[in-house]
Amino acid sequence: MHAVHARTHRPPRPRLEGHRIMWSDVWVQPPLGTLDPSPVPRPLGRVRGRGPGSPARRRLVALAAAGLLAAGCSNPDARDTAVTTGTGSAATGAASTSLVLSDGYDTATWNPLNGDSDYTSKVYDGLLRIEAGTGGEPTFVPNLAAAMPVSNADATEWTVTLRDDVTFQDGSPLTAADVAATYDTAIDPAAAAPVASMYDMLDDAEATDERTVVFSLTEPYAAFPSKLLMGIAPASALDPVVPVEESPLNTAPIGTGPYRLVSTGPERTVLQAYDGYWGGPVPITDLTIVSVPDDNTRVQRMLAGDFDGTVVPPQLAEAFEGNEFDVVANPSADWRSVVLPMRDPVAGDPAVRQALNRAVDRDAIVQTVLAGYGTAASTPFSPVFATFYDQAAEFSFDPDEARRILDEAGWVVGTDGIRVKDGRRAEFTLMYYAPETLRRDLATAFAGSALDIGISVRLDGIGSWDDIAPRLGTDAAVWGGGDTPYDPDSNLYRMLSSTFDEAGSFDNPGQYADPAVDGLLEQGRTTLDPAARAEAYQQLQRQYLQDPAFVVMAFIDHVYVMRTDTGWTGWTPVLEPHAHGVVSWGPWWNLTEWTPA
Amino acid sequence: MDAGVIRRGAAASSGLEPSATGRRGRWAAAARMALRRVLFVVPVTVLVSMAVFALAAASPYDPLAGYLGDRYLTVGADQAAVLREQLGLDRPWIVWWWDWVVAAVQGDLGTSHLYGQPVTAVIGQRLPWTLLLAGTALVLAVLVSLLVGVRSAARPGGLLDRTVVPLAYVLQGIPAFVLGLGAILLFALTWSVLPAAGATDPTAAVGVGQVAEHLVLPAGVLALSQLPWLLLHVRQSMLDALSADHVRTARARGLPDAVVIRRHALPGALLPFLSVIGVRLPELVVGATIVEVVFSWPGIAAATVSSARAMDFALLAALTTATTLLVLLGNLLADVAYTVADPRVSADDQ
Repeated sequence: MHAVHARTHRPPRPRLEGHRIMWSDVWVQPPLGTLDPSPVPRPLGRVRGRGPGSPARRRLVALAAAGLLAAGCSNPDARDTAVTTGTGSAATGAASTSLVLSDGYDTATWNPLNGDSDYTSKVYDGLLRIEAGTGGEPTFVPNLAAAMPVSNADATEWTVTLRDDVTFQDGSPLTAADVAATYDTAIDPAAAAPVASMYDMLDDAEATDERTVVFSLTEPYAAFPSKLLMGIAPASALDPVVPVEESPLNTAPIGTGPYRLVSTGPERTVLQAYDGYWGGPVPITDLTIVSVPDDNTRVQRMLAGDFDGTVVPPQLAEAFEGNEFDVVANPSADWRSVVLPMRDPVAGDPAVRQALNRAVDRDAIVQTVLAGYGTAASTPFSPVFATFYDQAAEFSFDPDEARRILDEAGWVVGTDGIRVKDGRRAEFTLMYYAPETLRRDLATAFAGSALDIGISVRLDGIGSWDDIAPRLGTDAAVWGGGDTPYDPDSNLYRMLSSTFDEAGSFDNPGQYADPAVDGLLEQGRTTLDPAARAEAYQQLQRQYLQDPAFVVMAFIDHVYVMRTDTGWTGWTPVLEPHAHGVVSWGPWWNLTEWTPA
Repeated sequence: MDAGVIRRGAAASSGLEPSATGRRGRWAAAARMALRRVLFVVPVTVLVSMAVFALAAASPYDPLAGYLGDRYLTVGADQAAVLREQLGLDRPWIVWWWDWVVAAVQGDLGTSHLYGQPVTAVIGQRLPWTLLLAGTALVLAVLVSLLVGVRSAARPGGLLDRTVVPLAYVLQGIPAFVLGLGAILLFALTWSVLPAAGATDPTAAVGVGQVAEHLVLPAGVLALSQLPWLLLHVRQSMLDALSADHVRTARARGLPDAVVIRRHALPGALLPFLSVIGVRLPELVVGATIVEVVFSWPGIAAATVSSARAMDFALLAALTTATTLLVLLGNLLADVAYTVADPRVSADDQ
């Protein structure tokens, strides 16, 4: 299984050899015909007559003639950056030092307490940052911290020492007071910070001297380094504490990161390299971000040459099967599953849960429902996390075995093909959040697989999570997760722990209760030794296979499009959380490390 | 509320004698009508704004979901309760509405959580773009419908007439977003003569030339989507006017067609058109919403959609109320103009 992959629907053309971008090394040729079993109708965005011999297109021709390597402007003179003109290819270093990206969200606020800029902000730095390993797995390395955080023996107190060469974009030096203020405001009820729930183990952050911060926790928490990625804002901008939605940082951010915000408005957002960045000069100095919420329009504008890159829904990626674009995918921790209500006599029956997990053809779901942009999965553990992942912890697709399990458990096939046990028909309702077509398609695929082994699944599309919630204890639901994926604990504790036992709650929605799993979750939460932690979570996966809470189907990929000729290289794939977008994620997540091709 | 329109039509077709009141009297009547309508605007606006809050309270959508986004599913019940209280989401809707009204009359429209800014700032940034787009489109649609409608009515059954009428019906049947995507495909992608969308090129300065170039497609599409109704109306009222006694008399006296149309028929046909424009204002608002989304135009109409999706209450309530006011006042303005301009029209009270 390729955990990390970047794909296009076409083989790389020889012309690209000269400035092939780095991820071609991990490029996976999708077997044609499996990825694309049927000809898909041409989306509206497809352009007839593209490619050689097509009518001269004003922008592209103007750009190509000048040897410009960034697009997006019909008037090259308007570009304010130094660009080498002439016949130079990308390899001669003619890359423009500006990029124009288009985001799918209407707008982003620039406040770390809003959570918009977790992990990989361009404007803010966290105490730690993520770095991608060879398999795309994120590892934590010191950022504003001078070294990795140090814990006390029972993981209830964590101490961080800061670098001493960091200044905010307003010129003031970074001190421990700024760090303490950022975290204390995040958990202050008066701020009503959307990120507060991520820090519910934090009791207090205290600056003990200029460069030392001590975090006191309410309980032992071994995964605390994963909580140190939040961007740090200056204390002066956080005092007095106001509700996050009214904070001046939303439109006038002050961070320590590589870029500062020059302007933001409905037309565009402009970021420029921050001269005083402690990490040194950045190669790409100007970033322009244009919000285009409508997917179709964004695709059309990308095709028209307005942008250097954007995020697209997988179904629309096909429009870019041309010469000028690369479609790339980042793996994500965004998993999709069916959560089974444990207290339902059918869906909660251990044999039924085992059988359903073997009846679903996960690879087929990835190829068809996800158009190839995803990774089959049996548990909520991402294979990208090599240390925590147990390769053996997988269900194989085996409908015969599924039927055998059901037969053995006394579920007998009735006259209409649906199984019956003790007079009870093997049927249950599967709710899905109707506005998301992906969830609908997954629900349909799941119901088909279930029917195949004699279990009837009634589909119920529901327009609101608030109507789904009260029924979670009795009906199954298409379920996802992975918004805080950088540690198994933050990813799974709330999903699997029986300490959350309330019916109709988003925490442990199926009211799953397995004492062995509970014990291993606690062990992972409180064990500091990395090897022992990894072993606990590997054991947890094996235990989960004996007693599955979900029918996990796949991790979905986030799909992006880039122009091939921007003249830059350096993207490495990384595991993305549920949230994504072009400012913090996509191939641009590590922009500061890019180099001219 | 548009009784005036009906009566007006009756007056025009039955050929009633012009009322004896002079120009000053008509102004006075119009002023009285305006006053009554303004008194009517207040309760309607209040009711609409109440309806926004009441409907939102009745809807299954939780504003906290809009506030938290993806985190809504992981927030935990205790923390959710704290957030609800802090954000005031646990108030009964009528209390919520009243708090909103009290703040609004003092000029505080609240904070948009979607944009992380005061609502007034969001509107201030975006409204000019919408006014530019909708204003251009309206002027364009009115001019074209007058020009083509009058010419088409001048020779009913002529080539122009036979082309324009079916075309208008077809156009009326095409949704604005299809027109928009089609225009982008044709003009921006296939022929490359115009930029695809946006208000400027992504890195170009916001200048007159840039904006003008980018305005062509969205304003054109919006005008086109508003055109059929206006055009058919102009044509019909022109046909009516041409068959009126005084026009036939003028023709019988041997006056040239051009003079008859311009001097005798057009003034009578123009007047009902005024109120039609007023009546069509809501359509213009709806059209602008769609066109702004399709063309990623940075206006306020597109923000309305986003605010509704994100349950961004402060912004949604302000925009809904403002739109109601705009439509009511637009109608009023059209009716006042009509009353003042046409001696045959009686204000509501006569």
